[in-house]
Amino acid sequence: MATLDDVAHGANAKRKLTGYWLILPGAVWLAVFFVVPFFSLISASLYDPSGSVEAGYSMTWHIQNFADAFDQYKATLGRSLLYSGVATAVCLVLGYVLAYAIAFKAGRWKNLMLILVIAPFFTSFLLRTLSWKLILADDGFVVDALQTVHLMGDDGRLLNTQFAVIAGLTYNFLPFMVLPLYASLEKIDLRLIEASSDLYASPIRGFFKVTWPLSMPGIVAGTLLTFIPAAGDFINAELLGSPNERMVGNEIQSLFDIGDYAAAGALSVMLMAIIVALVIVFIRRSGTEELV
Amino acid sequence: MNRFTALRRWLGEHLVLGLGILVLVYTFVPIVVVALMSFNDSSRSRNLYKFQEFTWNNWRHPWEPNGMKESVILSIEIAFLATLIATILGTLAAFALVRHRFKGRSAANLIIFLPMASPEIVMGSSLLALFVSSGFSGQLGFMTIFIAHVMFCLSFVIVTVKARLGGLDDNLEQAAMDLYATESQTFWRVTFPLVLPGIIAAALLSFSLSFDDFIITNLNAGQEVTFPMFVWGASQRGVPMQVNVIGTAMFVIAIAIVLGNELFRRRQEKALAA
Repeated sequence: MATLDDVAHGANAKRKLTGYWLILPGAVWLAVFFVVPFFSLISASLYDPSGSVEAGYSMTWHIQNFADAFDQYKATLGRSLLYSGVATAVCLVLGYVLAYAIAFKAGRWKNLMLILVIAPFFTSFLLRTLSWKLILADDGFVVDALQTVHLMGDDGRLLNTQFAVIAGLTYNFLPFMVLPLYASLEKIDLRLIEASSDLYASPIRGFFKVTWPLSMPGIVAGTLLTFIPAAGDFINAELLGSPNERMVGNEIQSLFDIGDYAAAGALSVMLMAIIVALVIVFIRRSGTEELV
Repeated sequence: MNRFTALRRWLGEHLVLGLGILVLVYTFVPIVVVALMSFNDSSRSRNLYKFQEFTWNNWRHPWEPNGMKESVILSIEIAFLATLIATILGTLAAFALVRHRFKGRSAANLIIFLPMASPEIVMGSSLLALFVSSGFSGQLGFMTIFIAHVMFCLSFVIVTVKARLGGLDDNLEQAAMDLYATESQTFWRVTFPLVLPGIIAAALLSFSLSFDDFIITNLNAGQEVTFPMFVWGASQRGVPMQVNVIGTAMFVIAIAIVLGNELFRRRQEKALAA
């Protein structure tokens, strides 16, 4: 006769299987169309570089593609990491202020403010970036104002400079910083912060000793979600920058356009390798459960 | 002196909130510009992307630019289908992650996080490499865009639904079970309605992501032209002001749905509290 324990055990086993069945379709989709393609990309990066759309491509373990791509595009790679790094740092400052305000100061306006954070997603990324082009234009009001107060020379400009590209990246990826920061700040037990002030910590000291460390998972997730897409973006560099500000995304896109799959693949794999290395370093510190 | 300390205290209380609101205002500047430009008459100088003269014409004749209507319809079709599939698969996965213990969770978490944390150009070029190497390079089009969109929307759906599900009080489900509701009754009458606002939010996010995507779509679209691709092409020549009409209309519709969803959620919570 089955004991109560056996019955419970059987139900448990069934529940375990249910979990697998529920996650299976989504996991298969991601495996086939996200994980497998990476291997196709790696294989494309080892194509014989003489291949073309007409002549076809062959995989020849041509590892030299990487050395060639690195030599040719190392300045672009460095520039991409620099631009996205600066943009991420600015996003962290702006995003932290906003997330902190929503989590601790917004009161009953919390949900409305959260909706406003994601609201920009509902107008096209391209249209918003084109708007910045208009705002930062040589005869636009920002440049006019800066020239009037003599913060900028008469021939100074914002559009088609590094400033415009970094400003565009900062603007476009800010919500990806705010949301994880908010999620992490919201979980903080306010009594901990009160305790620090009861123990005579100044608000600033309390912030750096209590709030900041406790929000670390959000900082890590937000930094990754901002830095990584920014590093691969080419829309901001194309619309707001000049050819001197081209980022690695621009180069990959142009290489695909001319059918040079070998170089495009090698450059993509290199970008991804740098990013995976960063993700691993970050995950070592915070675990995976906090990410999603 | 007294007044000064009062001011300082007030500032201390409201400074962060004020700065936060300023950041929020900054995120809306370009949206205001998009809305403004939708009323711009650019007929005199097409290449000048600048406010010239006020007109209703763009709103009255939104489909005037050649090919724009087709691109908007295509984008809506793809966004609708991709959202449907991504929302179903993502909701199931979110239930698995929150409600079930199984081996391989951290692998699952990682595979869900990575698409959100991969540069679009890498995901797009990887998919293209897959399609080309498996002999589908001639068939790039609706199907391949759809596949790509479901792929990148899935993670966002899972995360959104998971957040709602994780915040649920399971006492309500316990109570339903105690009152002899069967497992499926409990699910459809208690759990599902409570999770629904999360699912709607996820679907809306997914729709906007799909409708808005350019980088991945551009690599895998073949001859098809989606709305963002239309805007991109136009930005190289001269942007017809009607694209701003579409941008503004989408924004207004989405915000209306979000606010409606939020009201629904509030009413539901009040009803439960009562």
